Amino acid sequence: MTNTLSGKSQGNEVPTKKKVTGAEAVVLSLLEEGVDILFGYPGGAIMPVYDELYKYQDQLKHVLVRHEQGAVHAAQGFARVTNDVGVCIATSGPGATNLITGIADAMIDSTPLVCITGQVAKHLLGTDAFQETDVVGISMPVTKWNYQVTKASEIPEAIAKAFYLAKSGRPGPVLIDITKNAQFEEFDFEYKKCEKVRSYKPVEPAEESTLEEAAKLINEAKKPYILVGQGVILSEAQKEFIEFVEKTGAPVASTLLGLSAVSADHPQYVGYLGMHGNYGPNVKTNECDVLIAIGMRFDDRVTGDLSRYAKQAKVIHFEIDPAEIDKNVKTDVAVIADAKEALTRLLPKLENRTHDAWLEEFRACDRLEEEKVHVNDFAPDTKKPKMAEVVKMLSEMTEGKAVIVTDVGQHQMVTTRYYEFRQSVSNVTSGGLGTMGFALPAAIGAKFGKRDREVVMIAGDGGFQMTLQELGTIMQEKLPVKILILNNSFLGMVRQWQQMFFERRYSFTEMDNPDFVKLAGAFDIEAMRVSDRESLHDGLTAMLNSEESFLLEVVVEKETNVFPMIPTGESVSNVRLE
Amino acid sequence: MEKKRFTLSIFTENTVGLLTRITLIFTRRKINIESLTTSASEIDNVHRFTVVFNSSHENAIKVLKQIEKQVDVIKCFCYEDQDIIFQEIALYKVSIHNLHEGNEVENIVRKSHARILAAQPDFLVIEKTGHEYETHELYEQLKPFGLMQFARSGRIALAKERQEVSAMLRDLAENSI
Repeated sequence: MTNTLSGKSQGNEVPTKKKVTGAEAVVLSLLEEGVDILFGYPGGAIMPVYDELYKYQDQLKHVLVRHEQGAVHAAQGFARVTNDVGVCIATSGPGATNLITGIADAMIDSTPLVCITGQVAKHLLGTDAFQETDVVGISMPVTKWNYQVTKASEIPEAIAKAFYLAKSGRPGPVLIDITKNAQFEEFDFEYKKCEKVRSYKPVEPAEESTLEEAAKLINEAKKPYILVGQGVILSEAQKEFIEFVEKTGAPVASTLLGLSAVSADHPQYVGYLGMHGNYGPNVKTNECDVLIAIGMRFDDRVTGDLSRYAKQAKVIHFEIDPAEIDKNVKTDVAVIADAKEALTRLLPKLENRTHDAWLEEFRACDRLEEEKVHVNDFAPDTKKPKMAEVVKMLSEMTEGKAVIVTDVGQHQMVTTRYYEFRQSVSNVTSGGLGTMGFALPAAIGAKFGKRDREVVMIAGDGGFQMTLQELGTIMQEKLPVKILILNNSFLGMVRQWQQMFFERRYSFTEMDNPDFVKLAGAFDIEAMRVSDRESLHDGLTAMLNSEESFLLEVVVEKETNVFPMIPTGESVSNVRLE
Repeated sequence: MEKKRFTLSIFTENTVGLLTRITLIFTRRKINIESLTTSASEIDNVHRFTVVFNSSHENAIKVLKQIEKQVDVIKCFCYEDQDIIFQEIALYKVSIHNLHEGNEVENIVRKSHARILAAQPDFLVIEKTGHEYETHELYEQLKPFGLMQFARSGRIALAKERQEVSAMLRDLAENSI
């Protein structure tokens, strides 16, 4: 087989042409794609590109992270809040392999990324040369597409294709690996944006017949139930989606990544789905007659036991990726399309409906959840505050309008349950991969993406320590990211599972932590520790009032559990409230 | 779930690494590939992979969709054996020294519609084209004579249905620069 960038056709832009090195071509190509910021870490095999970045730093900002994992998570955070492509750059070998976790995270959460890695010179490929790894091979299962460039002249076409593939259809990460010789070679640079690839069909219009079928089912439904996923946010279909929700009169629940697509105070919003989701949204899945899933993929954390999931319901699945149809849940009507396009065409086919009695059933579940769960989450019977209290107070103080970047664990589930998102595109978290260490670097990227919004990252003490070196990036960039650590000196979620399913054998989950306030001080970041309920409001006020970065450590109750909970392998009907 | 034998015909761009991307889809589902061949197709610059594997119908379709979603895959078709014309080729190396007087091997070769591909002072190489059970049958017949070496290719297959793959691929080729 030949090593070519085949199957690609180009757009109509008039190309520019000048003699440049491959390294300069990388920078010029990024500029052609409208990139103005990238996150990275230099090293031997990418030095020619870094030399060009030095020259172009007035046009293209480079953020020096402290670990390549930080670069990729920052690019993810940027992509998630801007709905644009995030870009990161690293050297060969360890630089490239350090990106892999974030790439895998972006793949499963459909985040558009272009990752550029340096590679040893072409004549050294396959020789186990210094800092050589087969990053194209390693990243293959976790990229939407990847390509190794060995000649400078391939760079513009490869980068153009990378941006097109990352952003179009179901978004995802792509990786371009560039050998060092290709960075030095000179060639006539010209750039044409990619608008089409022969073997790639990013999205096609919804079939009229499926829209008709969907409309019929929805119009005739007695208990329709809508599940919203990130697809609605990715296609920027929030307006059409709200119209859809209001026309159907149906209750709407959100997946983890769908959170903030619908304002938490919308009268038809019933809450959060899944293993630690709200009670009603889970149990009512097995009582609805028509289940309408839009831009979500029926992850096992949402469905629990598939053999006992929504068996009574007709399932309508709106999804851009045909491979998701019937992958987990068998559908009755599959609308394969972009959510915005499909909803726009579906709306005129729908009759105005109300389902007040059905909606009231969810509210009854809410009351039960309040009685059984909230009383424990908020009752001040403990000396130290509980996570839920912190999140609820933060939610109220920011009026649900901050960009919330969470790490992975109990604090994440508590945040998704109690932060009342009032503004769309405000929830940045690691969903599918569940990557601890995600939040701090992702918050950096999110803040660069939305300088005008308050960005608050929330992490547990465990996850924070996985990437805490990125405090250095915050220090260097003087970036006003707010850092909230909910410290229970435990890997809380694992401890909860150990308590519930492993007879309280707390095997290596208790942590002796550093002094986070002193740590922040070492990075010249203002910090405060709060250990009691009475000081919580003052602590959050200090954090939110600060115009610079601020670390607030809240020492929370050590052993609290997150409920509701659907134990692994159980049905959504078997939600445990205590 | 009942397992059956499926054959995928995958039409692709001619790109480095695509073989890995395709096989990874089987690997992650722990599905063993029975045979895999790749070659040029009837269209310039379009390659064809033929992959044989055992699976439930439901999983075969999931695999097909995940393969078809790969950027460099143009189209993927899934067949059961009755839907396709397929063949494999087998080569058998038999030691001359083990052949007894008479034309026993020659008779076996003739009856099984195989042919002698090469005759060397020390050995014969016999070629047989057919389905796996046919090449296996000849293997069993030649075994008593002392098989020095045996090799069987992967399956190659063409669909029986009057499908418009070629036309579709040509359209794609013409509509791209």
